[in-house]
Amino acid sequence: MIEIRDLSKSFEEHKVLERVNLTIRSGETMVIIGRSGCGKSVLLKHIIGLIKPDSGTVRVDGVEVPRVSGPELDRLRLRFGMLFQGAALFDSMTVDENVGFPLREHTTLSDSAIRQRGEECLQLVGLQGIEELYPSELSGGMRKRAGLARALAMSPEMVLYDEPTTGVDPIMGDVINDLIIALRDRLKVTSVVVTHDMRSAYKVADRIAMLYNGGIIAVGTPEEIRGSSNAVVQQFIKGEAVGPIQEGLPDRRVLSRWTPGARLGLR
Amino acid sequence: MIGRLSSSFLQTTAAAGAWAVDLFWYAGSLTLLFTQTLGGAFCRPLRGKAIMEELFKVGVKSWFIVAVSSLFIGMVLAFQSAYQMKKLAAEVYIASLVALSVVREIGPVMTALIVAGRVGSAIAAELGTMKVTEQIDALMTLAADPVRFLVVPRFLALIVALPLLTLWADAIGILGGFIVGTVKLGVLPSLYWKMTTIPLVFKDLFSGLLKAFLFGMIICIVSCFEGFRTEGGAEGVGRSTTVAVVTSFILIITADCICTALFYFVWR
Repeated sequence: MIEIRDLSKSFEEHKVLERVNLTIRSGETMVIIGRSGCGKSVLLKHIIGLIKPDSGTVRVDGVEVPRVSGPELDRLRLRFGMLFQGAALFDSMTVDENVGFPLREHTTLSDSAIRQRGEECLQLVGLQGIEELYPSELSGGMRKRAGLARALAMSPEMVLYDEPTTGVDPIMGDVINDLIIALRDRLKVTSVVVTHDMRSAYKVADRIAMLYNGGIIAVGTPEEIRGSSNAVVQQFIKGEAVGPIQEGLPDRRVLSRWTPGARLGLR
Repeated sequence: MIGRLSSSFLQTTAAAGAWAVDLFWYAGSLTLLFTQTLGGAFCRPLRGKAIMEELFKVGVKSWFIVAVSSLFIGMVLAFQSAYQMKKLAAEVYIASLVALSVVREIGPVMTALIVAGRVGSAIAAELGTMKVTEQIDALMTLAADPVRFLVVPRFLALIVALPLLTLWADAIGILGGFIVGTVKLGVLPSLYWKMTTIPLVFKDLFSGLLKAFLFGMIICIVSCFEGFRTEGGAEGVGRSTTVAVVTSFILIITADCICTALFYFVWR
C-alpha cells in the first residue's frame, strides 16, 4: 500500500503540492489526472524517492520513503518500475541493453537469459526486431514502449506510469491500456498512472484522483468521477474551455475580437 | 547622506556575503562529489568496458590535437627565446629553457586546458542532456548510483589518460624546440639533446605528471558536477558546458600556481 500523507513541496516560491493526502491500495490501479504543470509528475517522483518533500511523507508498505537512503532505498526502488514521460532510455545503449540494464545490475542471470527476458518484455509491448537499435533511431512511441519494457524487466510489484499513452498512436495506446489491466489482473501489480488521456483513465482505473491547485480535490471510481458534482472536475474530464478553471487560458474576449495579422496591417 | 552611505554599505556587504556563501556551497559540493567518486572508485565491480571507452575518448581521440598544439608551442618557445638569447650569444641554452618550461609547466597545463575544452565540455553536455531528459532519474529508479555509473569511469580514465597525454605533449614540445634549434639556429643535434637532458631532473618530470593527475581530477569533478546540476533544456545544457570549461580553466591555473609554489619554493 502506498500512503501519501500531508505531502507539500515548493520549488523556490512556487508551491506545487500542498498537504496532499492519498492512499493507493495494493493491487489497485490509481489514475491521477490534472492539468499540465499541476504537480502530477512531482507527486510520482515523491513516491519513488526521487524528490524529498518539504513536509509530509510517503509510506510504501510502512516504509517511510523520505527517511530511507542507501541500500534500503535501492531495495525499495527495485520493487518499483517507472515509465518516464519521455521514456528516459539511455542514449548510449541499444534497446536490448536498456531493457536488460536492471537485470545486469541486480541479478546474476546469464547474458542469454537476460537477452531472452528482454525479448519477452519487448514482445509484451509489441516491439520486435529493434533490439540492436539505439534510442535515437526509434520513433517517440517506440521509445515509450521500450521504456515500458525496461520498467517491467524486473517484474516489479508496483509500476508508476508518467503519461503512458502520450505520443503513441491510439491503437498502441489501447494496447498499453490492456497491458496495465493485465498486469493488475494477472500479477496483482499496483499501478499509479498519471495521464491527461481521459479515455485511458476510464479504461484502466480502479480509482481516479484529481490534482488541482496543489491538492487532491476528488477521488473515486471512474463512475463516481464521471458523476462528480465538482465543477472543476466536470470541466476537466469534459475538456471544456468554459468553466471555473481559467488559469493559463487566453481571454475569450480577446479571442473573439482577434483578426489574424490585423495589427501588422496585413489584412 | 549618511543614511544613503550606510544603505549602500549594507547592500555591498550583503552581496559579498551572498557571494561567499555561494563560493563555499560550490566548494563543498565539489568536495562531496569528489569523496563520493573516490568511494565509488574503490567499490567492486568496476565497469571495465565503460572505463576503456572513456580512456579511448579522452586519450586516443585527444592525441592529435595535443601533438599539434605542443609542437607549435615548443617551436614558438624556441623562437622567442632565441630572439633574446642571440643578443647574449647563448642560443645553445634554448634547449634547456624549452625542456624545463615544457616538462614543468607548459606540457601539463596546455594538455589539461585542451582536455578541459575537448573532453570536459563533452562530459558536461552529455550528463546535462541525461539530466534534462530524466535519464539520471531513470538510473536512480533502477537502483543504480549515478556517481558509480557515470562519474567513476570518467574519473579513472582522466587520471590515467592525462599524465600519459602530458608525457606525449612533453616529448612533442621538446621536438618542436629541437626542430627550431637545429634547423633554424644551427645548434648541433647532439649538443641540443645534451643541453635538453642536463638540467632535467626526476623532480621536474614527477611534478609535471602529478599536476596532470590533479588536473584530471579537477576536469572530471567540475564537468560531472555541472552536468548533474543542469536545469532547463538546450539552453541549460549550453550554460553548464560553458561553466564547466571556464571553472575547469580557473581551477587548473590556480592548482598549477599552488603546485609550483609547493614544489619549487616550499619543498625544495
